[in-house]
Amino acid sequence: MPQEKVVLRNCGAIDPADIKTHRAREGFKALEKARGMTPEEVISEIKTSGLRGRGGAGFPCGIKWEGARNSPGDEKYVIGNADEGEVGTFKDRYIIQNDPFSLVEGLAIAGYAVGARQGYIYLRWEYSYLLDLLRGAIDQARAAGYLDGFRIEVRQGAGAYVCGEESALMESVEGKRGEARYRPPFPTVAGLFQKPTTINNVETLMNVAPIVLKGGAWYAGMGTERSRGTKVFSVSGDVARPGVYEMVLGSPLRELVEGLAGAKDIKMIQIGGATGRIIPYDQIDAPLAFESYLGAGAITVYNRSRGVLEIVGRTMEFLAEESCGKCTPCRQGTEWLVETLDRFRRGEGAARDIGYMQVLADTMALSSLCGLGQAACSGLVDTLKYFRDDYDRGISGK
Amino acid sequence: MTKKAARVKTPDNILMALQEAQARSGPLTPEVMAGLAASLGVPSNDVYGVASFYSFLSIRPLGRNVIRVCQSLPCHLKEGQAVIDAIRKALGVGPGRTTEDSRFTFELVNCIGLCDGAPAMLINHDVHTDLTPGKIAGILQKYK
Repeated sequence: MPQEKVVLRNCGAIDPADIKTHRAREGFKALEKARGMTPEEVISEIKTSGLRGRGGAGFPCGIKWEGARNSPGDEKYVIGNADEGEVGTFKDRYIIQNDPFSLVEGLAIAGYAVGARQGYIYLRWEYSYLLDLLRGAIDQARAAGYLDGFRIEVRQGAGAYVCGEESALMESVEGKRGEARYRPPFPTVAGLFQKPTTINNVETLMNVAPIVLKGGAWYAGMGTERSRGTKVFSVSGDVARPGVYEMVLGSPLRELVEGLAGAKDIKMIQIGGATGRIIPYDQIDAPLAFESYLGAGAITVYNRSRGVLEIVGRTMEFLAEESCGKCTPCRQGTEWLVETLDRFRRGEGAARDIGYMQVLADTMALSSLCGLGQAACSGLVDTLKYFRDDYDRGISGK
Repeated sequence: MTKKAARVKTPDNILMALQEAQARSGPLTPEVMAGLAASLGVPSNDVYGVASFYSFLSIRPLGRNVIRVCQSLPCHLKEGQAVIDAIRKALGVGPGRTTEDSRFTFELVNCIGLCDGAPAMLINHDVHTDLTPGKIAGILQKYK
């Protein structure tokens, strides 16, 4: 299956600094069309499309918008989440570098549908070099009259992985420490500044204009029953051609990593970054979909020379460092796992710790406040299942 | 410094105020943070709490140029450690340190989203990708 470009439709085809080149490719036509529809009709089209959040959680976009639309209050917000910090993810950087206008258009449509007059794009600090391009796109769209009655402000992060998590992101936009919030209330009811808010990943918003233009049914015609449309993947690691690829959901992992990215001699694949799954090569024919493996589409490939414990250990070190520290299971759990995995890496592990790690993984998944702690052990649990020998070899005396 | 910082108009947002203060006058010293707290009308530990939470806000003095090398797995797989070692050798200081002449601060950071050009680093806001130990001297030369 070749690449199918919906999100990346304009990448390489337009000048990202010139709105005229974007308009020449139907740019802002969807926004004009949406404003001729009722907000409810726009939301209905998104619901029909089956579009689910592309930041990893996969929440249905139309339902999120409807929730914020129906929440009482005159003041509402829409936020574009450009804080991709998941290890191995760079698709949103590529999108903003190549087509910032479609992001602006998608956010403006979201604002219209939800009833928000104010939008934010939260750009990670690491992407500061994209700031001028993004602000330029907003300014050009405003000058062309596309943003009448809708204001978009770019807010910069300051280097915190957890701020990609929606409730931590809202805290950060409010100027506070980026700590996750307790839910409920959900953002659609009480989000930014306690007002109804939708937060969508950059890639999710990139899908909005094509859906409005071509209809939800067209979009729903691609993919699997539970994963409609296309997905953009960031492929890195032991591959010949690292980069950004867009495929119809449900495409086999093999076509992406071997076919498009040219990987050879694969041992395992991490799907979804630090909080993602780690699967052995014999599952290479799995479909890429929410119902199997997907996350935000970060695909890190490891060849046979790579050590399982090093990868899981380094991943846990990352999560321990990035844990915001608010809830105990995540703050303490990641630290204990770093220490324990370190003992296994040195060949000083204890057999009983394998059981303890499994129990702790369950506890963290059930009791952590946000996705960081809940999914911190995904790769650990997978590798304990598929690469148990590597752990056994790390037990003292073996 | 305290009085001057208090007079400068700051946004009603601790993070943005800190970002602006750092861009304007460098590291966030206790005096700068106290001044911001006074002008925002918030306790100074709230300001310190935000300043110490984010990795790109610095409460320590920084060099004129800040090197941030990615230590995450996609860069590590592409011999990132050899690049880190080469920078350590070129600067004479290890990660977390600033050179004696204050020309460079050297830091290791988590994934910076440049995995398709791994190993990668940022120097200030500039992107440097596909690094090798041999490229380091030539790159560092451009930063005074």
